Amino acid sequence: MTSLLMAPATFWYLVLLVLPLVIVAIYSFGVRAPDGGYQPAFTFDNYGTLLKRPGPFTSSLLIAISGTILCVLLAFPFAYFIATRATKRKGLLLVLLVIPFWTSFLIRTISLVIILGSDGIGGFLSNLTGQNVQILGTMWAVLIGIVYNYLPLMIFPVYVTLERLDRTLLEASKDLGAGRWATFRQITLPIVWPGLITGSILVFIPLMGEYVVPAILGNGKVFLIGNVLQLDFLSSRDWPAGSAKAVSLILVMLITVSFYLWATNRGRRGREVSLL
Amino acid sequence: MSASGIAIGESRRSHPAAVGRDRFKSLVEGWFRFHTGAIYVFLFLPIVVVVVFSFNGTNRYLTDWNGFSLKWYARALSDTQVQRDLWNSVTIGIINAILATAFGTMAALGLQRVPKRMRSFYDALTYVSIIIPEIVIALATLILFAGFQNTANGFFASVTTVGKPFKVGLGQWSIILAHVLFNLSLVLLLVRARLSGMDRTLVDASYDLFATPWRTFRQITFPQLLPAIVAGFLLSFTFSFDDYVISSFVAGVGSQTLPLYIFGQTKQGVTPETNAVAAVMLVVTLTILVGGQFLLGRQSRRTGGSSATTPIAIVAEQA
Repeated sequence: MTSLLMAPATFWYLVLLVLPLVIVAIYSFGVRAPDGGYQPAFTFDNYGTLLKRPGPFTSSLLIAISGTILCVLLAFPFAYFIATRATKRKGLLLVLLVIPFWTSFLIRTISLVIILGSDGIGGFLSNLTGQNVQILGTMWAVLIGIVYNYLPLMIFPVYVTLERLDRTLLEASKDLGAGRWATFRQITLPIVWPGLITGSILVFIPLMGEYVVPAILGNGKVFLIGNVLQLDFLSSRDWPAGSAKAVSLILVMLITVSFYLWATNRGRRGREVSLL
Repeated sequence: MSASGIAIGESRRSHPAAVGRDRFKSLVEGWFRFHTGAIYVFLFLPIVVVVVFSFNGTNRYLTDWNGFSLKWYARALSDTQVQRDLWNSVTIGIINAILATAFGTMAALGLQRVPKRMRSFYDALTYVSIIIPEIVIALATLILFAGFQNTANGFFASVTTVGKPFKVGLGQWSIILAHVLFNLSLVLLLVRARLSGMDRTLVDASYDLFATPWRTFRQITFPQLLPAIVAGFLLSFTFSFDDYVISSFVAGVGSQTLPLYIFGQTKQGVTPETNAVAAVMLVVTLTILVGGQFLLGRQSRRTGGSSATTPIAIVAEQA
């Protein structure tokens, strides 16, 4: 009975998750077949070329880190306001936050083309400064698009932790003569910490693999690892090279996230933070 | 803030330094308010822009406003390609949602009864399937399907002696299989969260009253799980309906979905027709979410379930 209940999920996890990832790992040591695809071989060349040209990787890391920091800075005051100030309209404000998140990613990103383009903010800034200001096709456009799309993923966990914040603790801290900053650092921050870490991971991981936003807002000028993967697999059909990049992407992510969890959990025994 | 707090605030007001502190406080409050408002504008502006420009009466350029008109909707809905892609998206979305909901719920029920070590094995796989970047799942699935396709077609070619051999290719099935992976994990998490918050004594009582396991499930467990199951179904459909990355990798000839159509249009320059299609997609997604929220909200009032009974609340709680 139990194994019957588990059978479909087991099939999906083993055949459509584990098996494909194993194949990707195997392919990464192969060579490209003459007409595209994979030809069995055992070579480290795919990884070698990757180390020689790490450009997209560094751009992805740069974008992912700065995007995550921006999300923290924007999400914290926002979540704080909703959790502590908006008493009656809290439900409505939360629903309003979920709506854009569950409407098409693609459509909202395409709309940013109009908003940032020569008929929108880009044109406005050009008129204002008298110079030709181009936002589209720059890292800034990609960063704006990314923050726009992933901000809710940061806001939710931070909000949930702030919601649990016991207000009497703040009052107690004030009564004991602590200033605003001391209260924030010693009461609020430790409580919100797990939310901030969960949010950062939820934002950082999809950012590393992002390819729709740079494809639309980057005008082909911003090249992240996601775009390279797309080209390798769907255009040049160099599957082994693409597989090597995919494996490296997973490794980079695992290392970054583990290091991040290790660094933020250090000295905070008893307040371990899990991934989700 | 209690009455004593107000009293303290008032007594402070007599000191000049306290006046400065109050001004600082109201400045901070005002900034909070502004920041929150600005983020809402930031989040909603693109959606408003899409919808507004879909009503543009212009004949060519998207941002040339030329009066209100519904003509692009008429054009979009009579476009045979849009019709076919919409149909593809809906079919894929529904089949995927049914499979993911059924299998996810089953797995959540099954996981209650497996040894702890096995449960953590499944937990790990669930998190991996959710947390891995979509593009990695997409390309890995493409490799798998391509390998399967070659093997199967080679097999059919070798066993066929008369006529043309049967051929398999990528299509709707490949998109569905790939979408179900992510959605199954999503449903699994939602249903498990609900299960852990469930009142065990009701199940025990049901057994004490000699109900069979099936009857207990039907009358006790299932009604309590229903909000999570419906939420999982709706979210699975929405995810699939809006998905671009996975579909773009594993779609076959003739199985193009609406997001693929829209992305293709952006390469040729967006017209108000694209916006009209996008607006239709937004309406579909929003109707489902709001409808689900409404239905489940009513249901939870009747049964008096836990706080997180609506899709939105569950997602917020899960995050």
